[in-house]
Amino acid sequence: MAIKKFAVACYDDEDVLFPAVKKVRNSGYKLHDVYTPFPVHGLDGALGLKETDLHVAGFIYGITGTSTAVGFMSWIFCSDWPINFGGKPHWSLPAFIPITFELTVLFAAVGMVLTFCYLNQIMPGVKKHVFHPRQTDDLFVVALEINDHTNEEEVINFLKSTNAVETSIQVAESEWWFGRWDKKEPYELA
Amino acid sequence: MHLKYESFVREPLVDGDKTYHQVTEDIISPIEKKPGRMWYVGFFFSVTLLLLGVFSVFWEVYYGIGVWGINRTVGWGWDITNFVWWVGIGHAGTLISAILLLFRQGWRTGVNRAAEAMTIFAVMCAGQFPIFHMGRVWDGFFVLPYPNGRGPLWPNFNSALLWDVFAISTYFTVSLLFWYSGLIPDFATVRDRATTKLRKRLYGLASFGWTGTAKNWQRHEALSLVLAGLSTPLVLSVHTIVSFDFATSVIPGWHTTIFPPYFVAGAIFSGFAMVQTLLIICRKILGLEDYITVGHLEAMNKVIVLTGSIVGVAYLTELFMSWYSGVLYEQDAFKWRILGPYWWSYWAMMTCNVVSPQLFWFKKLRRNIPFTFIMSIVVNIGMWFERFVIIVTSLYRDYLPGSWTYYSPTWPEIGFYVGTFGLFFTCFFLFAKYFPVIAVAEIKFVLKTSGDNYKKKMEAIDAKTTEEFKHELDHAHH
Repeated sequence: MAIKKFAVACYDDEDVLFPAVKKVRNSGYKLHDVYTPFPVHGLDGALGLKETDLHVAGFIYGITGTSTAVGFMSWIFCSDWPINFGGKPHWSLPAFIPITFELTVLFAAVGMVLTFCYLNQIMPGVKKHVFHPRQTDDLFVVALEINDHTNEEEVINFLKSTNAVETSIQVAESEWWFGRWDKKEPYELA
Repeated sequence: MHLKYESFVREPLVDGDKTYHQVTEDIISPIEKKPGRMWYVGFFFSVTLLLLGVFSVFWEVYYGIGVWGINRTVGWGWDITNFVWWVGIGHAGTLISAILLLFRQGWRTGVNRAAEAMTIFAVMCAGQFPIFHMGRVWDGFFVLPYPNGRGPLWPNFNSALLWDVFAISTYFTVSLLFWYSGLIPDFATVRDRATTKLRKRLYGLASFGWTGTAKNWQRHEALSLVLAGLSTPLVLSVHTIVSFDFATSVIPGWHTTIFPPYFVAGAIFSGFAMVQTLLIICRKILGLEDYITVGHLEAMNKVIVLTGSIVGVAYLTELFMSWYSGVLYEQDAFKWRILGPYWWSYWAMMTCNVVSPQLFWFKKLRRNIPFTFIMSIVVNIGMWFERFVIIVTSLYRDYLPGSWTYYSPTWPEIGFYVGTFGLFFTCFFLFAKYFPVIAVAEIKFVLKTSGDNYKKKMEAIDAKTTEEFKHELDHAHH
């Protein structure tokens, strides 16, 4: 939990956003984050973000599912409660394949979605500061972290020079917190 | 400037002069308005059907499975027919959202949200039938492998029926996760434009606090891609496993290796038909004709004619194999199917599934909306008869002529089936009112390459020679 001061610029097109992001990164101001209403391809590269390892996590969850299924069925049919089905071998791998496959997919999908929520810090009840109500509609928002020593006029002029359609200075919570979306936070009322 | 080139042969996926904001406005505003009269009429009619279903199920649970028309010879009747039918319908959504994503079919963006919702509701309906067919439904949890005080005694993991338990529950869970992860950003859109406190609060909860940072979107894209990759074999596995319920038995008419691909093709066939039925109504009532265009409907009709033809080939292959096998019982099973007392179900299946979809080879008919709507219902009737034919007409004349019988459903069976329609449409009406029926973020993502107005802008560029274009591009960058 940390209340910080931000300089916010809104752009109305991703074609304006890309050169603006480039200028912001070269300007020396501390970039807080960029918010877009839909996935903009190439933006992660322009921001210098690393490729996500989420799919690696998915693979690990998947093989966990595979080994859980094979291990569990093998243990039950070979050791815990062996049953003779028409003289067929106890360890009948081909018959285990459907359930093994299903559990692989189930573990991978559930694990990945939970990891996705954890990494993005999202869950029901979580609240985060929204810099502009149209950042989930048609605006592309760049938030810069500033402090009391920053010349506000200068940073706003700089953002305007990057073709922002709207700029503002906001004091807001920078992390997530638990809260209700229909209620205003103390820092918003101040 | 967007330099992704899309051929002009492809028709625009979004009609009209749309901006990003207009897309939001068009898709989200039905959620914010009071629903029309038609919605209330439809919703309360569905709830009535659902209550009828609840009563029929109550009757069956209270008096036992004997109130159904099934008997010792025909042990699987309408219940399993309806189960397979609903599961089949539940295949189109994940096919559209997963397989078509991997095949980079841009048109899926307009229809995937509603199709996936339909999938989830159809699987919910399907699940009711095997559960209540158990008879002592309060012991239903015995199918789960949990440590118990009876040994522990485990379920038989070599049984196709148990594979079904795993397949259906996995399919339901994964489809739900896939669907919901796509909904999170759209719920955030509804939340941020909400004007009432209640809406802000509820959509705030539903959106999980999504704000759309660059990193979050990067992970979202990775998640969607991997979930699509996982769902692709999953959707094929589910109906394969359902077909194993029959194919691994030794009943003449069931014991064939063609069943898995034949069932999967039939599932896609009926699923797309149900998507057509729902979307044709939805686009009209919610005014989404610009997003679910005639081009979208035509693309789905192409899938219907393809899968319908595959199903037709499978029917003929079955007939050939029963004759070619030289097995008397196989030959008789098919003879009774075609000419026996259930001849009407076989011919209804053949007409609705094989003959009538062939009309979709004509482009005029593929793009004709009333015709498509009628065909979508015809196909689903045909596919219901297919399941009825496979199940009942393989069972009613078994090895012993003394146990030959004729099966017809009783009212609790019919009421149960009607009730699942109630469940399905109740869920769908709620979805159409409270959820973004089209994936808003995904439409915005394809808008600049496939939107009507943006495609028109590309026309000028398209007319230029390569040299001219390169010259201008070089100058634009200096």
